[in-house]
Amino acid sequence: MTDLQEVTVEDLKHLVSERAIQGETVLLNMGPQHPSTHGVLRLLLELDGEIVVNCIPDIGFLHTGIEKNMEARNYQQAEVMTDRLDYLNTVGNNLAYSLAVEKLIELDVPARAQAIRVILTELQRIASHLVWLATAALDVAAMSTFLYCFREREQILNMLELCSGQRMMTTYIRPGGLWRDVPVEFETAVRNFIKIFPKRIDQYEALLTRNPLFLDRTLGIGKISGADALNLGMTGPSLRASGVYWDLRKARPYSGYEQYQFAVPTRSEGDVYARYLVRIEELRQSLKIVEQALNKLPLGPVRSNNHKFVPPPRSEIGVSMEALIHHFKLWTEGFNAPKGAVYSAVESPRGELGVYLESDGGPKPYRVHWRTPSFDNLQAMPLMSKGVLVADLVAIIGSVDIVLGDVDR
Amino acid sequence: MLVREFMDKKLQTIIQKLEKELGATASEQRGEESLIVAAEKIVAACEQVQGQSFELLSAMTAVDYWPQASSPQGENPRFHVIYQFTSVSKNLSLTLHVPVPGINPSLPTVSHIYRNANWRERELWDMFGIKFEGHPDLRRILMPADWEGHPLRKDYPLGYEEPQFTFNFEEIDLRKPYAKG
Repeated sequence: MTDLQEVTVEDLKHLVSERAIQGETVLLNMGPQHPSTHGVLRLLLELDGEIVVNCIPDIGFLHTGIEKNMEARNYQQAEVMTDRLDYLNTVGNNLAYSLAVEKLIELDVPARAQAIRVILTELQRIASHLVWLATAALDVAAMSTFLYCFREREQILNMLELCSGQRMMTTYIRPGGLWRDVPVEFETAVRNFIKIFPKRIDQYEALLTRNPLFLDRTLGIGKISGADALNLGMTGPSLRASGVYWDLRKARPYSGYEQYQFAVPTRSEGDVYARYLVRIEELRQSLKIVEQALNKLPLGPVRSNNHKFVPPPRSEIGVSMEALIHHFKLWTEGFNAPKGAVYSAVESPRGELGVYLESDGGPKPYRVHWRTPSFDNLQAMPLMSKGVLVADLVAIIGSVDIVLGDVDR
Repeated sequence: MLVREFMDKKLQTIIQKLEKELGATASEQRGEESLIVAAEKIVAACEQVQGQSFELLSAMTAVDYWPQASSPQGENPRFHVIYQFTSVSKNLSLTLHVPVPGINPSLPTVSHIYRNANWRERELWDMFGIKFEGHPDLRRILMPADWEGHPLRKDYPLGYEEPQFTFNFEEIDLRKPYAKG
């Protein structure tokens, strides 16, 4: 490492306005250890008094080289790293990766596994939106919401622990199905949650939706039009709050989403409040999907029978020589995926989570690229925050719902 | 000319138009349509694609086929830059592949057409060392500003490195795969 570099205004002159060079405006550093930047996001702000003239995000503090690392592991080992990308949507990351691998090797997934995948990703979406609601509300000084949201999130994490043994880094959804079936207690736990949660959403809404202090901080702040949002690559609830009806679960159903009845909430205002309303409605819709999926949860296996790619169950290994060979081969050298490249995308709580996966015919992915929604959503922030107060900037960061693990990969 | 039964009619017309006007070659793989476009035509291609109501540049990435031909006009250029477009209004996707040679890799920027290409191109510069001509702010984005090399290149060391001691420093240094450029 070289010595610390001094950055002068000269170096940044293509990013800031003329007035900064003449010393009329102030350059202020916000983050990367600022509580309201939701992780290690650094913002370089050009301020005229309390007004934001320019906002220049600086990212990469959480870069872990996951794409490079995945090239060095075989397909099963690489999956473990997907959990670490967007740590609020671990099950969703597993799903995105598994769907890409399944598309690449043309693997079938049993109906029961698909339904459980939907239940878990929707529960994870609720958990992720709860963390967003908790922290975004905390940013505009609503302390109690934080505690209530984390109370319910805890219940969901307990359900994940019930299935996978892990609260966050689950690696539960695997190419070809699931790691194993859900335990018998799972259904009761989910039913319990479905019963109490609608009342809890009402409780959050009672605290915020018509709260004059909350409205003052969010109405008309951080506006972005639908066309701008699309051009800047925004997806997910933040895009839908700008009046664009686009949800991959509806547009390109995967994992059996076409069987479930649910609405995609949109708002036309495109401000912080609209993004709040869209996510609150998504909580209810996700719960609806969970309930439907649970009601018609089919019985049967949860893993594909194609043992060239999916390890056989433990019970077969003791009695079948072939199963033993498959088991041994899969856990030592992995499987060879056919040559080719695929792009597959799912709707994560933050938007389009895409995986570009290329295989050269060997047991390791030749190239994995994660199209993470936060990366593009964050790019729209400078536009949203032109001319707002510093205090409102905090509300805007909260409303875009970025996860830095998702931005930096 | 590309004619297939199962392909979406709207997508088929768009692809045929692009094939004719840009001299691109179309192919299909596992249900995904892609076009190979020459590097100098990428700006025109993006304008065309945006005009065909592909509003969203979903992803932009690159693949390094090192040590495949790295000559400037080689048959098999080292890099492929991949543009993944989504049409929200028509629910279609389209992929563009742009081959880029391994010596002084560079492409014209499309960040004035799709504004989110700004960071995506910075990422490709950072990770693959592909320069984007006309980019307003081509700095490293994920790696530190003083980092040397481009980590996602295939000749960039991965995992561990053989430790260098005084007695074998030069010997290892000679065969060490530094990322060049």
